[in-house]
Amino acid sequence: MTAPTALDAHGLGKRYRSGWGLQDCSFRVPAGRVVALVGPNGAGKTTLLQLAAGLISPSKGTVRVLGRRPDDPAGKALPRVGFLAQDQPLYRNFTVKDLLRFGRHTNPRWDDAAARRRLDDLGIPTSRKAGNLSAGQQTEVALSLCLSKHAELLLLDEPVARLDPLARHRFFSTLMDVVVAEEITVVLSSHVLTDLERVCDFVVILSASKVQVAESIDKLLADHRILIGPRGEPPWSSAIGTVVRASHRERQTTLLARSPAPVLDPRWDVQQPSLEEVVLAYLEDPSIDAPQTLEPLEAS
Amino acid sequence: MIEFRLDPTSGVATYRQLADQVRQALRLGLLGPGDQLPTVREVVTSIAINPNTVLKAYRELEREGLAVGRPGQGTFILRSLLSASPADQLRMRKRLAAWLAQAQAAGLDERGIRALVDSVLDAGVGAVEDIA
Repeated sequence: MTAPTALDAHGLGKRYRSGWGLQDCSFRVPAGRVVALVGPNGAGKTTLLQLAAGLISPSKGTVRVLGRRPDDPAGKALPRVGFLAQDQPLYRNFTVKDLLRFGRHTNPRWDDAAARRRLDDLGIPTSRKAGNLSAGQQTEVALSLCLSKHAELLLLDEPVARLDPLARHRFFSTLMDVVVAEEITVVLSSHVLTDLERVCDFVVILSASKVQVAESIDKLLADHRILIGPRGEPPWSSAIGTVVRASHRERQTTLLARSPAPVLDPRWDVQQPSLEEVVLAYLEDPSIDAPQTLEPLEAS
Repeated sequence: MIEFRLDPTSGVATYRQLADQVRQALRLGLLGPGDQLPTVREVVTSIAINPNTVLKAYRELEREGLAVGRPGQGTFILRSLLSASPADQLRMRKRLAAWLAQAQAAGLDERGIRALVDSVLDAGVGAVEDIA
């Protein structure tokens, strides 16, 4: 049985006055995953998250969260989705206490006890105004509020960019605890993959407004190999698969290939790439798409 | 109970680091049959990693017969990792010496042999069988 879908897009596009912020995106994220949404600055990560959170509307195609459009007329989608904005995630003039009250009144599934406990753990006085907290504290308060909403899907835009290493550890530790306890789906964006690598098990690679890869990290790594051998002499009797990246020195060729056949040619060395190597190889050439398995969009 | 740590610069996959630390604890006698491994929730909150990574490490230990998962209770050590018996070690050593002679006859020097052994170890027995 396949897991239910937490987030999916079909032909999704967003056009701004300056051009396409996101174009022709189709992918599916199964429920229960922790997703790294990676790509260079300006690739469309924030646009994708804002579309999923229902903050902006698509110019083309559809996006669905937990099987429903964010603008679901019955209003059943967004109460189950938490969104953490990249900058200024809180109302600056609200005190932490105001934010708690605001959360309680605007979220039907709000868990006030959990919210207070989390803020207590952070040691942040509830009388403080959000605008007077440090950038890192604001992010931590925002996450605490986001988690107290009992969302089933969390969309976190660059959540750790402003956190110091200790706060980052605390942030991920809290998040992973909730992932285990409540089996939620989390999408975290970052332009620094290494920030996310240890907490994620699924990756969406976005570059130049398009989704290149959307799949489990285990499968992505299992499907890719680095092949190093003599230049101009491809390994005999082996299909190389899809070459994602090729670099040539005078006598040596290094390939990063998807799904190569086992290489028997002893002149060729086969190595396992790291996740970072695979991601960088895709980002270097935005024209390369990985084949994606998509389920048909059921009529809604 | 053992406590896991991570070396992000080692280049070794996270799940393998966890499994290696359990095996090491078994070899050193820090863990023995009946001992419980930390729960997934304990591990993810202490070292902030993806829960599937912990499950993957535990599954590997289960496949090796070192541990067993009991639903609702946790993962427990089944057997200790005593090194092979002297008789087994002697047998392996003889076979290895014979293989070494073949490798040298094929022109491999010491570095070449080490590289080959490392690559087979890295790839795992399954991968070698796939090629054969």
